[in-house]
Amino acid sequence: MSSTTIQTAPVVSEGAWALAWRRFKSDRVGVWSAVTVILSLALVLTTLVGSLASDWEKEVAVSNAPPSWAKQDMQGADGSADVQPVVLYEPSPSDVVDPIAAQWELAQKAVKPAGEKVNALATHLPMGADKWGRDVLAKTIKGAETSILVGLAAALMATVLGAALGAVSGWYGGVVDDLSNWLYNVFHSIPGILLILAIAAVLNTKGTMAVVLILGTTGWTGTYRLMRGEYLKHRNREYVRAADAIGASNNRRMFVHILPNVSHVILVQFSLLTVSCIKAEVILSFLGFGVPVDGVSWGTMLTEAQNDLLVGKWWQLLSATVAMSIFVTALSLLTDSLRDALDPKVIH
Amino acid sequence: MSAYVLRRLWQMIPTLAGVILLVFFLFNWIGGDPAYVLAGLFSNQEQIDSIRAELGLDQPLIVQLWIFVKQVATFDFGNSWTTGESVASIFATRLPASLTLMVPLLIIETLIALVLAVGLAWVRGSSIDRGTMVVFTGLMSVSILVFIIVGQNVLAYRLGWFPVQGWSDDFWKNLTTYAPLPILLGLVVSIAPNTRLFRSFVLDEVDQDYVRTARAKGLSEPRVMFIHVLRNALIPVITFVISHIPTLLLGAFLLERFFGIPGVGREIILAVERSDFPVIKAVTIYVAIATMIFNLIGDVLYRLTDPRVQLR
Repeated sequence: MSSTTIQTAPVVSEGAWALAWRRFKSDRVGVWSAVTVILSLALVLTTLVGSLASDWEKEVAVSNAPPSWAKQDMQGADGSADVQPVVLYEPSPSDVVDPIAAQWELAQKAVKPAGEKVNALATHLPMGADKWGRDVLAKTIKGAETSILVGLAAALMATVLGAALGAVSGWYGGVVDDLSNWLYNVFHSIPGILLILAIAAVLNTKGTMAVVLILGTTGWTGTYRLMRGEYLKHRNREYVRAADAIGASNNRRMFVHILPNVSHVILVQFSLLTVSCIKAEVILSFLGFGVPVDGVSWGTMLTEAQNDLLVGKWWQLLSATVAMSIFVTALSLLTDSLRDALDPKVIH
Repeated sequence: MSAYVLRRLWQMIPTLAGVILLVFFLFNWIGGDPAYVLAGLFSNQEQIDSIRAELGLDQPLIVQLWIFVKQVATFDFGNSWTTGESVASIFATRLPASLTLMVPLLIIETLIALVLAVGLAWVRGSSIDRGTMVVFTGLMSVSILVFIIVGQNVLAYRLGWFPVQGWSDDFWKNLTTYAPLPILLGLVVSIAPNTRLFRSFVLDEVDQDYVRTARAKGLSEPRVMFIHVLRNALIPVITFVISHIPTLLLGAFLLERFFGIPGVGREIILAVERSDFPVIKAVTIYVAIATMIFNLIGDVLYRLTDPRVQLR
């Protein structure tokens, strides 16, 4: 009798992740922001493989073509006639001495048969065109790829650095802990933006890799402190002592036993860092220490938009701003929801 | 208490040594021989040689480190590589402009955020509270660049309510004419995150037992919120504000750059653009020292305002 009850009775309790998933599913804001984030990442993936916005550099419209939905509004709102006849000197690609023009010509001829007509330039585009007649919508999508990838890569680097150092520091204690704490104090006593600028000055190279390196090496401190605290707390829990008793090695206890129990902290830190890295990339690129001018990111778009705005061309600014705030808002809200879902101590 | 302060000051020494090592490592090792930078800045070989001798670039690294430590200890970082102005004088002349901008900004943003935070905590959970939080999350997702670009363009360039940019030698003219728009834009950017943070400080207090006691003995809700809760919520707010004072020394990079304000922030950006290493090294070291000192002041004030806190 008793043996049968034992066999049928074991209640498999839900795992922590299953519980978190159930809590997360009931959070409508969280689900919608997750959908938005996943869609954005899918978009990035599509541009990455080149099936979308790969021809963002092509001149497809007249210089500064307005968005198709805003032409009337543009003239009406401004009132004056100085919008349409542009008196200012607007360099178009043909005015600028292009060092590779000759090669480009040859390449074009090689691709296109000689008799084919050149596509007529559009006067209106869904989100307008920039000074060079490039489609702003395609630019925004391509810029999203750069900005989001830089943000993700820098956040990944910072999180891995912080988590690894924090885990080792909290687990081993002693000299290792003292040294890592010292390093933390050193990095922590220099304001983040100053450290970022100092490293930018030293590296003195532009490029996406430089931005990732700068933001990755400066952003790890918050994750380090949290992870160190978690490992200190978990080090003496019963389950870890039990693992020790059955002979699990240091590495096994650190990474197989404790890590899954603190991984929610890492996940939340990662998405917080992604948001701050995307914002920092925009500012770095604007100051000229980030993505170089031949690439496109939301930061370089804002740099161009500053001059565009002076002559009343607002669509590039709007496009980059809206794209960035949709992604950043969704990721911030997702982080809040993740934190609520993963932290069982939060009362709902 | 004095034992605590002394111990904390003592503990600053290894951290400061670390900051010096980090800056040295960055600029003398990763940065490498600045000969290529100097060659771009000076045409005169004698000047390059004199700076190389000053930095001890022909000496072993350990001697270079010792030269750098002496620079830190004597507050003498030499002259800027681009303008020849002494680094000390750069700070002395650029700091007033930064402070004219940053001090009013810090005071106003703290007061507004505090009032908003208590107000929102009062109606917590209501549609006003949730709506404001959604708007703030949205505001925080827009880059500070957008606020500055649009604000300068619309309020100054198109509407003409403020000067587009500029600065003068007269403190009052600066404060009343040139500073208001940068301060206003600084507020738009900082109010949202500060209010969110302060609101969480207030919400930590509203469920405490002493609040229930105060209500139970029949105190009015304004009295409970503004006398009992606010005074306790102020403790973390004070710590937060104190920890932000060192950043006043940095000025506001973007605001100063856009509005042509000759402050420390603009100077740092110029230094980074021109690879003017002495200026960047000096700023990093001194701001780090200021940060450590103000963190200590913050902790001591925390103890003074909250006797329950034990300093160890």
